[in-house]
Amino acid sequence: MNINWEFIINNVPLYQKAAWITLKLAAFGIAASLVIGLLCSIVLYYKAAGLQKAVRVYIELSRNTPLLIQLFFLYYGLTKLGITLSEETCAVLGLSFLGGSYMAEAFRGGIESVSRSQIESGLSIGLSKVQLVRYVILPQAVAMTIPAIGANCIFLLKETSIVGVIAIPDLMHVTQDLIGMYYMTVESLAMLVVSYLILLLPLSVFLTWLERKVRYAEFGN
Amino acid sequence: MLNSGISVITEGINLQRLMGGLLITVRIAFISLAVGCALGILLGLVRTSRWKIVRFACRLYLEVFRIIPILVWLFIVYFGATGVFDIHLDGEVAALIVFSLWGAAEMSDLVRGALESLPKHQIESGRALGLSFWGLYRYVLIPQAVRRMLPGAMNLATRMIKTTSLVVLIGVIDVVKVGQQIIELSLLKTPTASFWIYGLIFLLYFIVCYPLSRLSKKLEDRWDN
Repeated sequence: MNINWEFIINNVPLYQKAAWITLKLAAFGIAASLVIGLLCSIVLYYKAAGLQKAVRVYIELSRNTPLLIQLFFLYYGLTKLGITLSEETCAVLGLSFLGGSYMAEAFRGGIESVSRSQIESGLSIGLSKVQLVRYVILPQAVAMTIPAIGANCIFLLKETSIVGVIAIPDLMHVTQDLIGMYYMTVESLAMLVVSYLILLLPLSVFLTWLERKVRYAEFGN
Repeated sequence: MLNSGISVITEGINLQRLMGGLLITVRIAFISLAVGCALGILLGLVRTSRWKIVRFACRLYLEVFRIIPILVWLFIVYFGATGVFDIHLDGEVAALIVFSLWGAAEMSDLVRGALESLPKHQIESGRALGLSFWGLYRYVLIPQAVRRMLPGAMNLATRMIKTTSLVVLIGVIDVVKVGQQIIELSLLKTPTASFWIYGLIFLLYFIVCYPLSRLSKKLEDRWDN
């Protein structure tokens, strides 16, 4: 099998550009998911009447449907209602709709992992509800949620591979184009894999390290 | 104007065709899940091996599937097979290969986690009773491990069903493709078709996945305490 290195070198800028788009969309998606997730977990934690049900419905809908369909619905379906969104807006909306529920679960897990006795001790030394959250629950919950949030970030970054279907020139889209135009299948696929490895490997290694640190903080061994 | 479009779902054999498409999606998910489970259980047992090199190889296999997006895998197998070996794989076959291998990787991690979480004295008690290696697995370890990994396996099943929606991108005529065909056909007569059809597909996926994720949550709650 002959590998056409010239083709690979010529197309590096194209993949670079696509990787930036992927990263940019993922960053916006992750940021929005964190906000949505935090809000949802607070609603669930304080059992805010009425809102709680809405949040539950949202979480179930988002967790049990594929991103591909969410994107198609946002991009092709909503136009018919007179709501026309740009490709990028759709992608970020879709990613945050999906990511929000995953982040909410991560935050909830963290809050629930703070033991009952910690909360009771806090109350018994006379902390107010706000102080309790600020000094007792949050510091412990955040440490516990870091691994889950990290895993969700990787998950969302990987999910961006789907946004190419709504005509965003991301890594997948560029690869598909190159295969279609030049039949340089092996070269294009190799560049695709290398691009994702460059994006994801450092993150994954960093997370494994962070997880170990957190576990250290938790058990001290 | 929007209401008038909803009839596109029930028009002719549209609904029947969509269901047929859904069946293909679910079929791919379940065959892969079955193959993945069988392979994954074997791999999970292998991962508790005492040889470091074997454990490393299995770990590498898992990480390779975790790091590279599934859509990329579908592309690699579907287009790559043509490019490297000059054979043409059917889209559905390519999907089955990718999803089975992915399922096996994830399943092996669930099995390993479950086996390693079992208290050590269970193994020692089994040995003290004079159970053989296989007896130990058959009567002590596997029954307990299955219980611990079942909720995770259910989650994996819903993730697989959701991910099968991607097969449309390598040319499989699944529920999404059928939907697109219906939308294209009724473009002139019913301009709002894409809203209704994609909305319906969204709901269909939810209807298939929701019971599984409920069941997984229930099992988790019941077996936790």
